[in-house]
Amino acid sequence: MTVKFTINGVGVESAAGANVLDTARRYGFEIPSLCHHEAVVPYGACRLCLVEITKGGRKKLTTCCNYEVLEGISVVTDSPAIRQHRAMVLELILAEAPDAEPVRELAKQYGVDTSRFAKAAGAGTAEKRDCILCGLCVRVCSEIVEVNALTFNGRGDQKGVGAPYLEQPQNCIACGACAWACPTNCIGFVEEGGMRKVVKWKRELPMAKDDQGRPFAPVFQLTHFKQRAKAIQADFYKKAPGDR
Amino acid sequence: MGKIRNPKELHSYREELLAKRTASRKVIAVCCGTGCNASGARKVAQALVDEIQKQGLAKEIDVRPTGCHGFCERGTLVLMHPEETLYQRVKPEDVPAIVEKTVKNGEIIAEHLYDDPVSGEKHVKEYEIPFYKHQERLILGKNGLIDPTKIDDYIALGGYQALAKALEMGPDRVLDEVKRANVRGRGGGGFPAGRKWETCRNAGRQQNALPPSGEAREGGSVPAEKRYVICNADEGDPGAFMDRSVLEGNPHAVIEGMIIGAFTIGSDEGYVYVRHEYPLAVKHLTVALEQAREKGLLGKGILGSGLCFDIKINRGGGAFVCGESTALMASIEGKVGEPRAKHIHTVVAGLNGKPTNLNNVETWANIPLVIEKGADWYTKIGTKSSPGTKIFSLVGKVNNTGLVEVPMGMTLRQIIFDIGGGIPKGGEFKAVQTGGPSGGCLPADKLDIPVDFDTLVEQGSMMGSGGMIVMDDKTCMVDVAKYFLNFLKFESCGKCTTCREGLRRLHELVTEITEGRATLETIQLIEELAATVEAGSLCALGTTAVNPVRSTLQFFRDEYLAHVNEKRCPAGVCKALITYEITDACTGCMVCKKRCPESVISGDKKQKHVIDTAGCIKCGICNDVCKFDAVRVY
Repeated sequence: MTVKFTINGVGVESAAGANVLDTARRYGFEIPSLCHHEAVVPYGACRLCLVEITKGGRKKLTTCCNYEVLEGISVVTDSPAIRQHRAMVLELILAEAPDAEPVRELAKQYGVDTSRFAKAAGAGTAEKRDCILCGLCVRVCSEIVEVNALTFNGRGDQKGVGAPYLEQPQNCIACGACAWACPTNCIGFVEEGGMRKVVKWKRELPMAKDDQGRPFAPVFQLTHFKQRAKAIQADFYKKAPGDR
Repeated sequence: MGKIRNPKELHSYREELLAKRTASRKVIAVCCGTGCNASGARKVAQALVDEIQKQGLAKEIDVRPTGCHGFCERGTLVLMHPEETLYQRVKPEDVPAIVEKTVKNGEIIAEHLYDDPVSGEKHVKEYEIPFYKHQERLILGKNGLIDPTKIDDYIALGGYQALAKALEMGPDRVLDEVKRANVRGRGGGGFPAGRKWETCRNAGRQQNALPPSGEAREGGSVPAEKRYVICNADEGDPGAFMDRSVLEGNPHAVIEGMIIGAFTIGSDEGYVYVRHEYPLAVKHLTVALEQAREKGLLGKGILGSGLCFDIKINRGGGAFVCGESTALMASIEGKVGEPRAKHIHTVVAGLNGKPTNLNNVETWANIPLVIEKGADWYTKIGTKSSPGTKIFSLVGKVNNTGLVEVPMGMTLRQIIFDIGGGIPKGGEFKAVQTGGPSGGCLPADKLDIPVDFDTLVEQGSMMGSGGMIVMDDKTCMVDVAKYFLNFLKFESCGKCTTCREGLRRLHELVTEITEGRATLETIQLIEELAATVEAGSLCALGTTAVNPVRSTLQFFRDEYLAHVNEKRCPAGVCKALITYEITDACTGCMVCKKRCPESVISGDKKQKHVIDTAGCIKCGICNDVCKFDAVRVY
């Protein structure tokens, strides 16, 4: 079923069940966000995709990543109030992740060069690095990779992300999807000496070698993918991606 | 007696109970609510049972451990029916004299009576005491009459008659009654319960496919789609214990309300989400559910109708945010208690994605009343927009701490001064915070506003679930804002940047003010940030979390400015900004000198003492122990 509504006065269409953010981006409207990826379920953590949505005559500011498209709503993606709130959110995020280039670039677009808030405790350290608790790593790990190695821990200003019980994640196959999805590049991903290490989770796993004897992927990762994709022929897993 | 099979049997069962009870009309109700329990109420109750047994009066007198009577300040409370003589601060050792004199001979023991600190009068009857006189205790009143572990007590008082009536009325008329009564959600939002029920009932159903009333029951009442009803008993506000006391003292009222709700909405499964920190509430609720099942009031074919409904208890782990409906439902599902966006309401897709109707304890407890006495009666109480009564937990700097139930629309002044007895120790009223940690602080010139859902919001605060914290002139409002921000930043689920980081930063900024490190720009930044936290957060915890700081900034800006510009805390609370000094009123009694933990007070006997401010940690003990008012804080 198709749903019709407007964004900044322009008529748009989307399949029912889609969210406003993905639809807006498909039509070329720019809305910032750091916690959203179209492959996973929207979470609404970073609060940057604030827009103004009018539904049944009632106007309100809301995030649009977790707003399902509805017939007849009208969306405004930019206004002085929206910019002001986004700038403030960026100041908050910048204090959490002062060294993250993507955050700094986005902040600059909103006129935020420095944050008026003190650098968050632990920001930039090996423990916390530049994590902004967007939850993309957790969602990708559970929804896409389906190994559920990661979770949030604690709550409020004590909230963190990592393996259950803050131990080395036993389910982690070092596939690196979390590091790839991370908007602040704070997870870290190193391959050396036949081992792959996911730095933030302190997970280090031996890699399998291809038919040329070169290490190309962690053994656990290959085993997991074999189980999930039975149709692929067996020698697929003996070749490095470039040789297939 | 086993199962009660139909409304007629319920009626005759009640008649039987009442007939038995006329033989022993005298009831001694001992408040065994959590407050009185802490001061030894169970021991008092046991001593009464033993003594009455000893005197051979067991047949004539029924000692009844009950739920909270509300006047926690004066526990243990012993209320004697039918005279309604109230003895307060009763100890187990007082029992023999009470039985001998009062129970046997009707003689009043003056020392156990309540003496009014304001008028100096002693009152014999409960209803004469100002604390009770100005209340309208429709819900709480039953606490003093019921042993919560005995369903017979509830039935004897007319319990489950509303359910019988509802079954006869049919879902349409019940819904209509609840809508006409305009029962508004007591959990804080004040959303009309009837409208919520209706949306939930119609969710996923074609309007015209609704079975006509009555048919649903006879036809076996399995709803087309699974629906849930939930009772939110995750009361987490500091200092609030309304829901706890209702669940502890009168669990069947909540259960009856939920059954009526389930019948109307078409649900067969209910949950009570209650804090694990409320062991007595969990215990009494568990007992009540078992007894209701035994009597056939829960389970299959309730009272001979087609209604099938049962209730499960889900114990919460004590996260404040789990009082938010979507976080609560996530928690029941076994997930992390984080709210989700409510663009699609829980009445349409809630627990397990099914239509779910959630109301709080007090709302459910109101339902049997509405059905029993009708919407016309109910709407005569309270105000037009907020009918009925509301229970508040009146705490803080007020003489009569406790639970009070008043008709909506009563003014703050009446609640705090007439019922609460005003400010202790001759202090002056400064502010009252309504609505729990995310409510606003209202100053003295708002004392005459009527307390109802809409007026409080207009004035920059909210009803919340009914916390009411009174503050006197020795309270620093900046410190109050800091306290609540600290609570909220810890209790935030941490999902939204605006709430997690925003509250952390607001707390930092307010702390800067209390430590004298702030400038006027700090205040400006607080205001800017508060606007974004409010506009940008996902759930009501985040959007209302700025209320304490914003309302204190609005009504007590002078205090903020004194901290910022003069580096002075006018109330003498913020340690970094205050100094203790001994004045000429000092008699040299040495008491403060002995008690000073840092030993920085010097001076000989009968000589004026001096505090060495360099070593003073500003603990305030010297001020507390001084009998001559000779310690000055500035």
